[in-house]
Amino acid sequence: MGMTITEKIFASRAGKKTVKTGEIVIAELDLTFAHELSGILSLEIFDERGFDSVKNQEKMVLLSDHLTPAKDIKSAEMTKKLREFARKMKVEKYHEVGRGGICHILIPDKGYVRPGDLVIGGDSHTTTYGALGAVACGVGSTDLVAAWVTGELWFKVPEQMKFVYMGELTEHVCGKDLILETIRRAGVDGCRYRTAEFAGPVIESLPMNDRFTMCNMAAEMGAKNGIIAVDKTTESYLAGRVKEKYPRIESDPDAQYAEVVEIDVTDLEPVVAAPYLPSKVSPARGFKDVEVQQVVIGSCTNGRAADLRIAADLMRGKSVHENVRCIVLPGSQDVVREIIADSTFDTLVAAGCAVSTPTCGPCIGGHMGVLAAGEKCLSTTNRNFRGRMGAPESEVYLGSPAVAAATAITGRITDPRDLD
Amino acid sequence: MIQGSAHRYGANIDTDRIIPARHCTTADAAELAKHALEDLDPDFVGRVQPGDVIIAEENFGCGSSREVAPVTLKGAGVSCIIAKDFARIFFRNAINMGFPVFECPEIVDVSETGDVIIVDLDAWTIENKTRGRKCKPAAYPDEILAIFQAGGLLNRIQAARTQPTA
Repeated sequence: MGMTITEKIFASRAGKKTVKTGEIVIAELDLTFAHELSGILSLEIFDERGFDSVKNQEKMVLLSDHLTPAKDIKSAEMTKKLREFARKMKVEKYHEVGRGGICHILIPDKGYVRPGDLVIGGDSHTTTYGALGAVACGVGSTDLVAAWVTGELWFKVPEQMKFVYMGELTEHVCGKDLILETIRRAGVDGCRYRTAEFAGPVIESLPMNDRFTMCNMAAEMGAKNGIIAVDKTTESYLAGRVKEKYPRIESDPDAQYAEVVEIDVTDLEPVVAAPYLPSKVSPARGFKDVEVQQVVIGSCTNGRAADLRIAADLMRGKSVHENVRCIVLPGSQDVVREIIADSTFDTLVAAGCAVSTPTCGPCIGGHMGVLAAGEKCLSTTNRNFRGRMGAPESEVYLGSPAVAAATAITGRITDPRDLD
Repeated sequence: MIQGSAHRYGANIDTDRIIPARHCTTADAAELAKHALEDLDPDFVGRVQPGDVIIAEENFGCGSSREVAPVTLKGAGVSCIIAKDFARIFFRNAINMGFPVFECPEIVDVSETGDVIIVDLDAWTIENKTRGRKCKPAAYPDEILAIFQAGGLLNRIQAARTQPTA
């Protein structure tokens, strides 16, 4: 019987010829990473258990991104502990403020993930790296410690689910709209304990930033991993980033899927997810009376240079609405340099955006744009749970960089096609 | 044997409602526990008694991978969680720390806040004493059961290291 990309990677890392759905395997890991929020508990457990060394420091990434630059004394202590641990364990893939960024932007950009790899990270959006044809799963702090000291981890081989996208994308409809529409159809647990494999001609035509966005938000359907097969677009992204040879793994034609969902994108419009679930998705035009006080553009979901260019193109020569604070979060220091080089940065600043240093900040209600009670925000981030970005009485609406830019200009949730 | 009073919640209780990120700047269970379910049920911390049981519908613990979510509930005195099903990382984190989480839709359907719940780990049964209903929760696969019975993943790994043939 044939296997999917995900099953082939689990089999390969578990040293087996085949794996079955539901089987528990112990698999060797190619990369692990932790940030300060997941890492702090891991470090405590590591010490408490009396561990003093790690197995493969060359396969570890450590960085602080959620509350950096440190927002208060407690977060300064957390980032300090992570930094000291990285030094003590001689972890070379440690990225400091000013040379770092948001994990899910930086890690693929630095070439740390290769197609065919098995990756775990102490963050639910680790699913992002599936866009490179790798299996990447979010885990907790105990898993991280186990992975650090043994180099391997237990996995339940997930059921396979495939989403096939057909038709033609219309103007201003992008990967964010595709994944929001997918979450609407599947529901927030529609892919629970499953792989979300994204395929079809529309995926083949998507640029890498959109593919990363889709795999990032596979987590919002409960997926264990999101995955897209390697093609020419992936190869050209990886050129210059990954030097080693890597396999080009595809799902077999007779691979078994628990469910296949076909989505025709031709009639898909720019969409928005309303509070308080990422599955409450409907066309952006339906929200045109919703006034917002804040717009956030960036994050691990949409903080790549290509995402910010889409926003800048719509904002060129225009201004952020007087009642709106528009906060832009480039994903990494490399992204900052890219958007400075091509004038995207200038365009956004001239329009009245506050362009921040890379941080997860407001997405988790951490800092750099926390919401007050009663405030509404249109954000390109990935979650709109109650209290996610600040006060429990605030509201977060999720949308694409184009919807965010259009909304920043008008002060109301706006379909970019309706901008003058 | 676990015995406690039920606290009943709905579907998709996300990790931000279990422990908001604004309180996640510590790994200390007692400190985290002061804010357990703060944005979902602000009175929970005042009401919860050691041994109490959380009962919820589908997809409990969805959202972030933060292991401080089960740490917070355990720290608040919660003895186990019974749900129709769990988000995968929450389930994994709970098992990895030896914290009991059970999938048992039949018990969830009949239970209300305040009901007396009895869990017998040896017999693998959950009883709602108030409603007179007893069921078997979903079984753990063998490897997961072994981790749970060892008291968590690291106990299992460390035991295997000291007894390589076991």
